[in-house]
Amino acid sequence: MTTIDPARSTREGVHEQPARGGTGTRGTRILGIATIVAMGWLVAFGLGFSPADRDQQESVRILYVHVPTIWIAYLAFTVTAIASGLYLFTKKKSLGWDRLAGASAEVGTVFVAVTLVVGALWGRLTWGVFWQWDARLTTTALLFVTYVGYLAVRRLGGSHEQRARRSAVIGLIAVLEIPLVHWSVRLWRSLHQEATVLDTDGDIDMDGLMLFSLFVGVVAFSLLYAWLVLHRTRVMAMEDLMDDRGLDLALEARRSEGRRSERRTGTPDPRPAGDTIDKDGAR
Amino acid sequence: MNVPSSRPPTADHDTGDAATAPVVRLVDAVAVLGQFPALAGASLTVHRGEIVLLQGPNGAGKTTLLRLCAGLVPLARGEGSVLGLDLATQREAVRSTVGLLGHQNGLYLDLTVEENVRFWGATVGATDDEISGAMGRSGVADRLADVTVRRLSAGQQRRTALACLLARRARLWLLDEPHAGLDASARDDLDATLRSAARQGATIVVASHELERAGSLATRSVDVVAGQVHA
Amino acid sequence: MSTEPTRDPAATEPIRDPSSTEPVRDPAATHVSARPAGGPPGAWRIALLVASKDLRIEVHSRVLTNQVLPFAGVTMVIFAFALDADSVLQRVAPGLVWLATMFSLLVLVQRAFAVEAEDGALDAMRVAGVDARAIYLGKLLGLGVQLLVLEVVLLFAAVVLYSQTVPLEGVVLLVTTLISATCGLAAVGTLYGGLAAGFRGRETLLPLLTLPAVAPVLIGATRAVEAALGTAGAVVSDGWPWVGLLVVFAVAFGVGGSLAFGPLIDE
Repeated sequence: MTTIDPARSTREGVHEQPARGGTGTRGTRILGIATIVAMGWLVAFGLGFSPADRDQQESVRILYVHVPTIWIAYLAFTVTAIASGLYLFTKKKSLGWDRLAGASAEVGTVFVAVTLVVGALWGRLTWGVFWQWDARLTTTALLFVTYVGYLAVRRLGGSHEQRARRSAVIGLIAVLEIPLVHWSVRLWRSLHQEATVLDTDGDIDMDGLMLFSLFVGVVAFSLLYAWLVLHRTRVMAMEDLMDDRGLDLALEARRSEGRRSERRTGTPDPRPAGDTIDKDGAR
Repeated sequence: MNVPSSRPPTADHDTGDAATAPVVRLVDAVAVLGQFPALAGASLTVHRGEIVLLQGPNGAGKTTLLRLCAGLVPLARGEGSVLGLDLATQREAVRSTVGLLGHQNGLYLDLTVEENVRFWGATVGATDDEISGAMGRSGVADRLADVTVRRLSAGQQRRTALACLLARRARLWLLDEPHAGLDASARDDLDATLRSAARQGATIVVASHELERAGSLATRSVDVVAGQVHA
Repeated sequence: MSTEPTRDPAATEPIRDPSSTEPVRDPAATHVSARPAGGPPGAWRIALLVASKDLRIEVHSRVLTNQVLPFAGVTMVIFAFALDADSVLQRVAPGLVWLATMFSLLVLVQRAFAVEAEDGALDAMRVAGVDARAIYLGKLLGLGVQLLVLEVVLLFAAVVLYSQTVPLEGVVLLVTTLISATCGLAAVGTLYGGLAAGFRGRETLLPLLTLPAVAPVLIGATRAVEAALGTAGAVVSDGWPWVGLLVVFAVAFGVGGSLAFGPLIDE
């Protein structure tokens, strides 16, 4: 089986020249190394250098992962929304925007899932409960389901342009949904202030090294996000390219089918233009 | 009975003159269903007042060709225009000028014949006269008008669909196997209606399996083979 | 074969069905290329046309009355089996009403688009060049009317099954809530229903898209109805901020939906 070489592609979307058979380039390799280094720093600072919290002891360290992942998820979904808008409202309608929107949404959804799981662990460690129906957690859960729906719409099939337009519209509708959800959930939970055991809306008092560790976490996960999205968009470009090649092959196959039937019947097929048929069937 | 044939199509169709500009013009048009190139290269020119018969085996792409001309299916490659409107960029505008009778009838099965025709006529602002006229010409006035469509035979449903088409005053009619399910006299009535519409300026493209129809109905017959047309 | 007099190509008299007793129509009225006697109607008129068509279909087929209302009623009953305590039921009655509404919404939306898909009518409307916004608003109106009927019936069921009472001072709030919530639900349902209509797996795609999107309505409408009914010490004035939320939601999705519907149903 031949490897697809996107570098040979005449279609838009691939700017760098990836190596044959893979999506890695010098750029992504540098990015990847930077990510690993940043993650190393995060481990060092998060687990080692930063102090334990007064109240929460060691479990505060989970926050260095939990908070960055949700922030980057919000970033990812913002990118999705902007890319969706750019696809719909630019004249050229470049499919690259659609692929960016899709890849960013995928990575964002994974990050939200990580946020929820890590957050549940943190909740268990700190207050003994995996889940709280507070504003933030509820909104995050709904955010997750909303984008799972977006990803499902991306997989509905059809041509690339159909997929792109449909997903872009749904992506923009999601931007409409999120603030409404956020507003309604906040209003809802504000009625229940006395019920919560903890105050998750009040951020933990962070200073000095703890803030720095958080910052390292944000940087590390941002790099990870960029690396993942870059690779994913390239894989998508290759998939789309394969589909297009598939279409070319299918066209060729269909056309030769026509030529074959022409040879078989021995008559030039189809009939030449302007051929009129008299009502009696005579020519 | 003798019916004089329509005017033969003019060979000169590049002048851009409104009277002789082609109603349908496709050049190497490609249309896909999912990933399958249902239409793999169609070149076709149809002029006003013609009745063109598309012939070909199942799966040849006749239905996709009609749906392309109706503006339902996007043009993947090649060029195409209908009534002067570009299929690549003006699909929406193409739709309101065209009438398509596809494999399905586009009817509301729980409404009566008259309610259906009224609804479709009202979408273009047809008058009561036009609506009853359409129903009369399709043979669904009187007895059938108040019957729920679900309870009609296939042929009667087809005629109801034709009435809805007539009520909408389309300039280009695209008919996909319109004779299916009709008995012999109903088929002849349909052909008569089509010929009369063509004389009044409508352009008609019919996809059909039936070879006999070529003689009695169409001014011209075109073959569709493996998604390709050269006419 | 029907008789057919010899025709002069220039003649414009239409051929009539010989068995028709219709008098000869003015040829100009049915001449295909003449300027239309009545112009194409505006988008609002078409929306009303589509809505009245949907309601007429409902009157003929009675799916709402014979299937959806009993379904909603049954869910209200089985809630009692699951929740098993009168005090609990009384406390959560408004929520149960809206839960039953949500599930019935999914059924109603499926039905609204099944009617179009049965014989390819939605395709036919697209070919007819009917403005997608008009189709959206029309189906939204039709769906909204049926939803409103459903909600009123469910409220009655709650009064009976869950021992609810409707105090006089809460009636205005209640009616406003019903209307604004219904508009929002119908807007979301019609939008996603149109998207899901064309695809396999639509039965699962529709709930996945719709339920998270209508979560604000569920929250807001339940709180507002609790305020209207005085559940758990709520007072009527508590409900009005929620109505504000519902109205904003309905407007946002109404506008967004009418813009998005066209691209979503297009091939």
